[in-house]
Amino acid sequence: MELLIVLLIGIFYSAGIFLILRRSMVKLLLGLLLLGNGANLLIFLMGGLTKGKPPIIKEDYKHFIDAYADPVPQALILTAIVISFALTAFAIILLKKVYQTTGSDDLDTLNIQDLDI
Amino acid sequence: MMTNFILAPILVHMLTAIILLFFWGKVQAQKIISIVGNILAFILCIRLFNVTQTHDFLVLQLGGWKAPFGITFVSDSLSSVMVLLTAIVSLAVGVYSTTALNVSRIKFGYFFIFHFLIMGLLGAFLTGDIFNLYVWFEVVIISSFVLLTLGGKKMQMEGAIKYVTMNMLASTVFLTAIGILYGITGTLNMADLALKINSMENKGLVSVTALLFFAGFGIKSAVFPLYFWLPSSYHTPPSAIAAIFGGLLTKMGIYSMIRVFTLIFQPDDFIQKVFIGIAIMTMITGALGSINKRSVRRLISYLIVCHIGYLIAGIGLHTEIAFVGVIFYLIHDVIVKSNLLMITGVIQKIRETIDMQRLGGLYMDYPKLSLIFAIAMFSLVGIPPLSGFWPKIQFFGEALKTENYVLLVTIILASFVTLFVIARMWSEVFWKPSPKPLTDEIDRFAQLSILSKFALIAPITFLSLVSLYIGFGAESIYEISQKTAHELMNPQLYINAVLK
Repeated sequence: MELLIVLLIGIFYSAGIFLILRRSMVKLLLGLLLLGNGANLLIFLMGGLTKGKPPIIKEDYKHFIDAYADPVPQALILTAIVISFALTAFAIILLKKVYQTTGSDDLDTLNIQDLDI
Repeated sequence: MMTNFILAPILVHMLTAIILLFFWGKVQAQKIISIVGNILAFILCIRLFNVTQTHDFLVLQLGGWKAPFGITFVSDSLSSVMVLLTAIVSLAVGVYSTTALNVSRIKFGYFFIFHFLIMGLLGAFLTGDIFNLYVWFEVVIISSFVLLTLGGKKMQMEGAIKYVTMNMLASTVFLTAIGILYGITGTLNMADLALKINSMENKGLVSVTALLFFAGFGIKSAVFPLYFWLPSSYHTPPSAIAAIFGGLLTKMGIYSMIRVFTLIFQPDDFIQKVFIGIAIMTMITGALGSINKRSVRRLISYLIVCHIGYLIAGIGLHTEIAFVGVIFYLIHDVIVKSNLLMITGVIQKIRETIDMQRLGGLYMDYPKLSLIFAIAMFSLVGIPPLSGFWPKIQFFGEALKTENYVLLVTIILASFVTLFVIARMWSEVFWKPSPKPLTDEIDRFAQLSILSKFALIAPITFLSLVSLYIGFGAESIYEISQKTAHELMNPQLYINAVLK
């Protein structure tokens, strides 16, 4: 299971970086999304994968007596997902607006004003 | 003692932002509410600063959860200095933007976002939890995205693409680093992390994580290979927004870097070398980039990059005296960079351009204003006894003592280029005769009412006076820097205060 997730994280990161390096703005956005998902999976993996052991104490116990699933990584991922949702929503609107004003999906066309010093 | 008021400045900005929502579209009311909010937060920040300086560490365990489990807010010397700087700059820019920004931007919620941005900055400076730091970072960057694109000009959009991409990438790198850090230590509290990292055996993994943090914060603070988004986006928004960005946003990256690399990771030889090498390259590229720029705003953008190099070099040297220099330079830099960017706004109002070839004769027309501007410009250069001079002595001394001669030469070179560039800007903008005859239509500044002129000039004067105080009252600033550097070099003090 761990190995599968590790491979998945690797694919997410490499695909994300590959897409960021492309010239199309839509691919840039997709690349950022994949990278974000890769990071979320990484947190999930680093927290330790535990199957079927919820972090809930039985009423008559005072301590955990068994290895349990760590709830913190899931809380972190949830926060990160919410944040990336907002960022993505903003980025999509921004790209749409840039497309409307420049009429091009190519990032290289944005560099014209950099030439003027 | 009561430590709840650590949160007070954050809450004031949040409440101001929420109240502003109810006055959507009412420009006058928004201006007044924003100024009141800023003044209130300013007073609270001064109080927080004073209490922290006398009581050393203020720790607030949010919700009563004990330290490694809940979210901790800590106000130590470094945090309180940053909070005070944020308060000074946000007050100045808040007043300045009431006149400098056009009405349509204010109608589309400029002040609302502005207060959220400042709230995020204060939160980032005060938190003692690494994931919480990430969340505050996100609050800041999403506010900055909106501020950068507010107005929707084509140039702004193009700058924003680079800015948004690089910042989202930096956040992902930061998040990855947090994920690995949590995996190897099982905690997120910075003080607890410091304890656990130091007892780790697998030093290789720790170094990799440290460098991931360096990359994440490096993008935010615009260090050498990752700086290019800054000069291609900071000149696009209006000057008030650029002032906040140039003064505080890059310094948030530096703050996090100082915090992480003094408390959690103790840099070994390799990491120190990386820091110093990158600092040298940052100074050189920033300095060379600024030489041939004609637009004043672009020139200052490159100077921001160049001067980030000093701070990185100080962190890389990693001695107590170097940190005295870093803190002193940080105090000086935040004030003077915000001031310079606000000044470009006034120049643009007077002459309708910030292109140096088309500017000139400002000293003839506005001698008193030029004097105030000159204080800010020459503070940046660091002509003794103005404020930029004092921290550089520390950098020179430490570079010499640790035998980093390349670094020493680079610092001197970067200072020299700064002097050259600012002197050229002074002679081009202020002394050279104006290239074209002035008509009354161009000078929008002269047409403003007395109150509007005051709102533009008072913040600049205020920051210039602060700069003068940093220069002439260097002893008190030096004492604060020394105390901060002492706390940074003895992380045990921080750990004890949080985990007691």
